[in-house]
Amino acid sequence: MHVRHLQVSDFRSWELADLAFEPGVSVLVGRNGQGKTNLVEAIGYVATLGSHRVATDAPLIRHGAQRAVVRAVVVNDDRELLVELEITAGKANRARINRGPVPRPRDVLGILRTVLFAPEDLSLVRGDPSDRRRFLDEMLVLRAPRFAGVRSDYDRVLKQRSALLKTVKHSRSADLSTLDVWDGHLAKHGAELLAARMKLVRDMAGHVTSAYAEVAPESRPALISYRSSVGELPEDRESIEDLLLAELDRVRRQEIERGVCLVGPHRDDLDLTLGELPAKGYASHGESWSFALALRLGGYELMRVDGIEPVLVLDDVFAELDRGRRQQLAKVAAAAEQVLITAAVAEDVPDELSGARFEVNGGEVRRV
Amino acid sequence: MYEGPVQDLIDELGRLPGVGPKSAQRIAFHLLATEPADIERLQHALQKVKEGVVFCDVCGNVSAETRCRICRDPKRDLSLVCVVEEPKDVQAIERTREFKGRYHVLGGALDPLSGVGPDQLRIRQLLNRIGTTTDGVDISEVIIATDPNTEGEATATYLVRMLRDFPGLTVTRLASGLPMGGDLEFADELTLGRALSGRRSM
Ligand SMILES: Nc1ncnc2c1ncn2[C@@H]1O[C@H](COP(=O)(O)OP(=O)(O)OP(=O)(O)O)[C@@H](O)[C@H]1O
Ligand SMILES: [Mg+2]
Ligand SMILES: [Zn+2]
Repeated sequence: MHVRHLQVSDFRSWELADLAFEPGVSVLVGRNGQGKTNLVEAIGYVATLGSHRVATDAPLIRHGAQRAVVRAVVVNDDRELLVELEITAGKANRARINRGPVPRPRDVLGILRTVLFAPEDLSLVRGDPSDRRRFLDEMLVLRAPRFAGVRSDYDRVLKQRSALLKTVKHSRSADLSTLDVWDGHLAKHGAELLAARMKLVRDMAGHVTSAYAEVAPESRPALISYRSSVGELPEDRESIEDLLLAELDRVRRQEIERGVCLVGPHRDDLDLTLGELPAKGYASHGESWSFALALRLGGYELMRVDGIEPVLVLDDVFAELDRGRRQQLAKVAAAAEQVLITAAVAEDVPDELSGARFEVNGGEVRRV
Repeated sequence: MYEGPVQDLIDELGRLPGVGPKSAQRIAFHLLATEPADIERLQHALQKVKEGVVFCDVCGNVSAETRCRICRDPKRDLSLVCVVEEPKDVQAIERTREFKGRYHVLGGALDPLSGVGPDQLRIRQLLNRIGTTTDGVDISEVIIATDPNTEGEATATYLVRMLRDFPGLTVTRLASGLPMGGDLEFADELTLGRALSGRRSM
């Protein structure tokens, strides 16, 4: 698939920007702070309804404006779809597909699929478990959009149950009988999310290991594995659900005492190891970068195996990589249906990836 | 920001559901230009809504008398009760013309984040109602029609637990097909009608 047209208004620094793309490589070049990343961030938003830089929507709306609008024409197997998203501060966002309003913005997920690699991805290796959980869940949604619903159902149940735990300590039995109800729902949605995450990691692990070996041939093997807070997990959903229920039962006193939810996929992590050692806290700067890149490339490979040809977005990453890794990344990128690259210095982009060039400067984009 | 009363009015209007800052402004300036007689009628209606409305003794729906129109209707099937969250859900189901029983309005759903537990809902009244014979008829089926979202589903599960010990009582849930994460009120008539006729036992 590829993005044929992007138009944004009042998005980040852009009052208006309008770009026509073609399949193949497009490079956005311009000095720091000119708005290059803002443009690819908009494309990422169409694919994920989120930003790779911030957790909330507010910073995406141009300072002083009420709402941001992103429009993208996505071409997939010769079928064209126009996706329009309106991001409004403090209100529900709205979405349209081919000018027809859809009930929920979530309904646009799956039209555009991107794999975006950016300097922020170093946090996949060095950051908190939540960064890695977000990586996994984003991959789930990219592969099968319905997981956006699974994830948001789980989050909502978790919030409700946590709120109840905070009050239950000071109140009476009626609350305890509803706690059983929330336990059941947490286990049900949690098991669905867990089973999916574990399958994802099983499917992706080999791709990540080989991507790492290619990016950093001199280094030790990179492995990923899912670590659940409840220990070894069975594979099927029903058994996971039973296990979660048993675990909730076991820690109930503790949960009530502390007023927090101690069981569930919100407490898990993706373990990254290099040889014998965990990557976090041990890997060198270069190794950490390679690992982050391998996670993205592994996800990219997996989607291609699924039969999806995602748009590859490389935000400002070549400056961070040494020659060998640049060459490796260039090799993968050159074979992609569409690659969007941002760079402050054009020379940082390997020659294989010359393609169409856009200059971003002073609030304007110009194809050169 | 406008000065004095106009801004107060905009602020009050803005608190209403579905009214954003822009619409609040538009309504406020519309009211400013409206004939005094029309304003009086609006004022009157606003006052009446708190004084004149009562809740039905039986089902908890909004009503003009102590028993609502539906609970007074002799043609309604007394053995069938449909449990909903809000009065507006009664309206939605009535529009389908699929349902011939009576209602029970809970007044919300389990929602710990907003401090709503079973005691804040009309659940005790429902249990009392089921245990009582009215005009020689026992309630034999309860249809749970809470919203198909997190809070509505949790409420449904809770009700099923509370109701399963009543001998001979059938408890059903609206069939799926309703948009998940949604609001009963916004389901179209056809979908809602289908969900009613395809309800499943729990
Ligand atoms: N909501 C917003 N409203 C107005 N301006 C914004 C907003 N968000 C970000 N900006 C501005 O956008 C600019 C950053 O744009 P962007 O991150 O796209 O730069 P870039 O071209 O990618 O630069 P670099 O080469 O340093 O990565 C900053 O000057 C910032 O002040
Ligand atoms: Mg940038
Ligand atoms: Zn009534």
